[in-house]
Amino acid sequence: MGEELVFTFDVDGDDFTSAGQASVQIKKNLRQLGINPEIIRRVSIAMYEGEINMVIHAGGGEATVKVCEDYIEIILKDSGPGIKNIDQAMQEGFSTAPDRIRSLGFGAGMGLPNMKRYTDSMEIDSTVGVGTTVVMRVNIV
Amino acid sequence: MKVREIAEKAELKILSMPDPEREVIGAYMGDLLSWVMGRAGESNVWITIMSNINVVAVASLADVSCVILSEGVELEEDVLNAAKEKGINILSTNLPSYETAIALSGMV
Ligand SMILES: Nc1ncnc2c1ncn2[C@@H]1O[C@H](COP(=O)(O)OP(=O)(O)OP(=O)(O)O)[C@@H](O)[C@H]1O
Ligand SMILES: [Mg+2]
Repeated sequence: MGEELVFTFDVDGDDFTSAGQASVQIKKNLRQLGINPEIIRRVSIAMYEGEINMVIHAGGGEATVKVCEDYIEIILKDSGPGIKNIDQAMQEGFSTAPDRIRSLGFGAGMGLPNMKRYTDSMEIDSTVGVGTTVVMRVNIV
Repeated sequence: MKVREIAEKAELKILSMPDPEREVIGAYMGDLLSWVMGRAGESNVWITIMSNINVVAVASLADVSCVILSEGVELEEDVLNAAKEKGINILSTNLPSYETAIALSGMV
């Protein structure tokens, strides 16, 4: 071991028909690696929420998943509008999703709280007008 | 109980059933996707009126045992195909969500 495995995905903005594909693919990859199903569930849910956020709020971005010996790291990087107030965005129920997105079932303002809840650590680095990077880790042991 | 048995006993219409032997544990009802992502349990039945393509991804990642579309909601062809391809069981009923949950009571 000691070798880390890295998966990278381009996440298309504005494409709701394929939104979530990177997360579904990661779930498959982690299964093939024989990772514990509960860990896989947490990683893929957290990643899905982050992936959807990039599609809805940032016009797409890049998702990277690193499988290390002790943890799985998910990095979501976009060049979208950034988050003005991260504390506010983290609150359950806060959402700026437009109506047409809400009609698809998004916009509950639960995505970021879910990401926090399903991971062991989460950091958001965001600059208005530049973009947002979210780094999450789920410990394997 | 298995998805196949629930479909039969609750007289649900089968739209997609690639995994009939999947065991069902509990149920969750909701239409806001990230709410479902956060609260639905693994192997739950998920009762919803949402039928767009994102339901397939949520069902797959939350790892529910099946989706039940209530209120006579119909599924578009492309969503149905995605469900079959991803191994997602989707059933439907004309009952409202509350009555659907009642029909399942004692089974899940
Ligand atoms: N990558 C991002 N770029 C810019 N803004 C973001 C990003 N991610 C989240 N936000 C902001 O934070 C808010 C809260 O995000 P969160 O995921 O919790 O809820 P939501 O996406 O609005 O709804 P839900 O996830 O429940 O469907 C968003 O409405 C948006 O304003
Ligand atoms: Mg979100």
